Amino acid sequence: MIQKVSPHIVQNEPLLFERSTPGKCGCELPPLDVPPVDAQQVLGKENVRDEIEDFPEISELEVLRHFTRLSSWNYGIDLGLYPLGSCTMKYNPRVNEVVARLEGLAWAHPYQPEELSQGAMEVIAMLEQALAEITGMDAVTLQPAAGAHGEFTGILMIRALLESRGGPRKKILVPDSAHGTNPATAAMIGYTVENIRSNERGMVDLEALAKAANEDVAALMITNPNTLGIFEENIQKICAILHDCGGLVYMDGANMNALAGIVRPGDFGIDVMHLNLHKTFSTPHGGGGPGAGAVAVAKSLTPFLPAPRLKREGDRWVWNYDLPQSVGRVRAFYGNFGVLVRALAYVLAHGNGIRQATLDALLNANYVRAALEPYYDIAYPSPTMHECVFSDDRQAKKGVRTGDIAKRLIDYGFHPYTVSFPLIVRGALMIEPTETESKRELDLFIDAMISIAKEVEENPELVKKAPYSTRTRRVDEVTAARRPIVRWRRNENRTPQQAQDVKEASSSQVTA
Amino acid sequence: MSYPTSYRYTKEHEWVHVDGDYGTIGITDYAQHELGDIVFVDLPQPGKQITKGQSFGSVESVKAVSDIFAPVSGSVIEINELLKQRPEKLNDDPHGEGWLVKVKLSHPDEVTSLLSSAEYEEYIGAEKTAKA
Amino acid sequence: MRYLPNSDSDRREMLAALGLQSEEDLIASIPAELRLKQPLALEPGKSEFEIIEYFKRLASRNANGYASFLGAGAYYHYRPVVVDAVVSRGEFLTSYTPYQAEISQGTLTSIFEFQTMICQLTGMEVANASMYDGSTAVTEAAMMAVRITQRDKILIARTVHPEYRAVLLTCTQHQGIPVAEVAYGKNGQLDFDDLKKHLNQEIAGVIIQTPNFFGLLERVKEIAPIVSAAGALLIVVFTEAVSLGLLEPPREADIVAGELQSFAISPSYGGPYVGIIATREKYIRQMPGRLVGETVDVNGNRAFCLTLAAREQHIRREKATSNICTNQALLALMATVFMALYGKNGLRQLAEQNLAKAHYLASKLPLVFEGPFFNEFVVHTNGKPPEVINAHLLKKNIIGGLPLERFYPELKNAMLLCATEMSKREDMDTVAAVFHCRCQQSATGGA
Repeated sequence: MIQKVSPHIVQNEPLLFERSTPGKCGCELPPLDVPPVDAQQVLGKENVRDEIEDFPEISELEVLRHFTRLSSWNYGIDLGLYPLGSCTMKYNPRVNEVVARLEGLAWAHPYQPEELSQGAMEVIAMLEQALAEITGMDAVTLQPAAGAHGEFTGILMIRALLESRGGPRKKILVPDSAHGTNPATAAMIGYTVENIRSNERGMVDLEALAKAANEDVAALMITNPNTLGIFEENIQKICAILHDCGGLVYMDGANMNALAGIVRPGDFGIDVMHLNLHKTFSTPHGGGGPGAGAVAVAKSLTPFLPAPRLKREGDRWVWNYDLPQSVGRVRAFYGNFGVLVRALAYVLAHGNGIRQATLDALLNANYVRAALEPYYDIAYPSPTMHECVFSDDRQAKKGVRTGDIAKRLIDYGFHPYTVSFPLIVRGALMIEPTETESKRELDLFIDAMISIAKEVEENPELVKKAPYSTRTRRVDEVTAARRPIVRWRRNENRTPQQAQDVKEASSSQVTA
Repeated sequence: MSYPTSYRYTKEHEWVHVDGDYGTIGITDYAQHELGDIVFVDLPQPGKQITKGQSFGSVESVKAVSDIFAPVSGSVIEINELLKQRPEKLNDDPHGEGWLVKVKLSHPDEVTSLLSSAEYEEYIGAEKTAKA
Repeated sequence: MRYLPNSDSDRREMLAALGLQSEEDLIASIPAELRLKQPLALEPGKSEFEIIEYFKRLASRNANGYASFLGAGAYYHYRPVVVDAVVSRGEFLTSYTPYQAEISQGTLTSIFEFQTMICQLTGMEVANASMYDGSTAVTEAAMMAVRITQRDKILIARTVHPEYRAVLLTCTQHQGIPVAEVAYGKNGQLDFDDLKKHLNQEIAGVIIQTPNFFGLLERVKEIAPIVSAAGALLIVVFTEAVSLGLLEPPREADIVAGELQSFAISPSYGGPYVGIIATREKYIRQMPGRLVGETVDVNGNRAFCLTLAAREQHIRREKATSNICTNQALLALMATVFMALYGKNGLRQLAEQNLAKAHYLASKLPLVFEGPFFNEFVVHTNGKPPEVINAHLLKKNIIGGLPLERFYPELKNAMLLCATEMSKREDMDTVAAVFHCRCQQSATGGA
């Protein structure tokens, strides 16, 4: 029985261009207090454009209504649980939004005089220190714009360190359970990637690792707990194997929500790691970004951190560019400062009590796992931490796959869990509730998943054609990829092929 | 779908149909079924050399990409332009209209080490059982 | 703690369901010697009130209430209040990447609109759902040029933002992609002779910025044929998006990369910002990052979804077009709302005001370069260190321009000034007055 949601009228809304009417405007400027200039005269006729063809013209309320209606077609953490594994969709505290908008911080220009930027520099310094304490590492950079960008920075530093020791080496080892950004990053920095298999308990196979670790290996990229939610119990041995052959260990910190306040990566031998501030540290996902990827390093890598770095001179902060071994800049300016403010606000809110948040995250995940184990096949029997992974084997016997179950979950009022990842599990269902979900919300989720499991037994076709109650039914991703239409055009401006494609796609679906 | 007896097959699920010095190459029905709805086919330009056992292109579905491995070596003389507009042809008719490239064989004797249609059908029969 | 919704009795119930005694049992799989024995060396958690006070104190130690004439890649433009009204909605702020199309049509629709407007602004045929920022967008564009042409060298004009050039170098140094700089001429624009000298059949892409770092317009129409004759791709960069409201877009470019911070993104001490990449239809599969496409659902109704994902890291892994996972969705949404509010005519008016304000200020100051400029320009300080001028301006609550020596040692006594629609006439008059006062004294050899 579906308890969490009921049907409701939701507004329709066309695209901006379709509700545009010539002559309208949603924002007005004050009158000029200086003489106007003739653009064509000052810039040259050939440098001045005609009007921006088909750009929308809409009044203020219509713009506000447009986006408000669009927002009603979305789900959000503010509405309910997102059980997405490794995404850590926790509450985005509203106080973070308030402090990020304080004028002195929001209107600071990156090039304004340092003596007028001490507040901003203090934010960066305080967050660096707090993250170093939480991770047990020696120094932190907040320059990277996102997790993958942080990975790039970390591997770049590893390469620089190894070059200073004689040569960058050739390979990076990546467990087969790793997130796709890991091998993509390694390849971008000129390394070949070698996969290390997981053992039957879902952890890195030590024998395979020992065999692969040689003087060609620059580093191992590891996630701990791994993407199955399992803590790598041999992590100290794993780090030792790499260090013994002269390599380093990079940790993908996406799962830090299982560790904060309980254990520190710096203590178990990690040389460099990134943190996703939009995961453990509560900064909002915003529909896909912005994030921020802090990178924490051990002493050996500190000289290679991106420039500039904050330095204390007397009672002031200054930006120090005198870093001869730095890998350089990975982006313009200092980092996603607005995101850093939010992350610092989060850290201040928990303080040394962050341990309780982590314990609650573990409790929530294990509670859900235990309730679902009778109905879904758990991928590996090992204890899991803040997330758990099932496979769809049992349901696949009825022809229902993880993607179908996920779509049916939408009818029950939840966003789906992570589908088909990690790749080492057949038909994976990866679930991470986070600590900010109440027992009540979790019970509704568990009831939904159990109900769907029963539906799979009694009426698999129902699950396979879900969802039914969303604005759009299942979307044709195949046609979207075969005939990509990635912008709006006035009908007259569509190429004959495009018009034909849209017509065909439309009619083929209706007859299906 | 049946596997034409005049074709030769690889364990990576490609086929080649030899006609004198030339070969037409494609992927098998088993392969297209495993891949699901194909959305894009990435093929080499005419004139490019391909080498037996090495990847010469890729096939994309919505959620995955697969390399295509050359069953024989040679130089590409023609590619199937139809697949650019209609990649779904590879799903509908993988042994016919969904052909990928035509090559001029550089080592015609490579064909003898490929599987016959009977051997290939036996091979995929075993694969299907292993997966179940 | 207010963010944790389970009470102690909830916890007890849940532990009982698991057959456990305490939450400590949940960390048994972590080796005992690794488990922390005491709390982290952080202060106790703060209340909401204390957090706000903390940041207010920090904010007060930053510039407040100053007029600023800084530009150089981060611009002061008015942010209409409807922007925050929209992005503060939980359905936008707290929503996830739109992988599940059926419950993400809001985000997907607005990204489709964003992609469309970027094409309309830049004169390109396709645009993606945004990049981290302008500097990384330029780097990704360079990598695209390398992939498309199968060549491995890049040329970049010295008049491209210095920090963007630095980021490009950091990225390309390990991919075997040499980057060479092309000089600027006496007029502050790209030196055509130096460009021709550097161009050859090994160059994958040539990167120029317009308006360039000195604020001057580059001659894209003349540069394009030179670049294409060498078989290379032309990548045109912009850092001041408002310029596209008035300036002819770089239609001859193969790839456009830029920064959209001007469109309702607060300067925020350098980030987060939002970059864009736009290109010709034929290069669509070489684009990095997320793309939203139009399609239909099973009932034939229009719907949007992420598409061409096979380019991306989560599928292609080490063969991906890039490792990028995120797009700057919330900021792209801010820019979309901004563009919708101003609209066709409003954006043009906004650009015209910027032009008028900057030209007013520039008319009173000694320019280093002749040539057409939009809202930024370089002035010389008549031998006086720019820092001295700026120190005097600070006393009048004005933040002056960017002294250029740190990026261009040959431009020792020069600074880059920017005036936008937010610059007030009286402040500009003050800047001019201080300049004349200080610079004149220097010329006569006085203090």
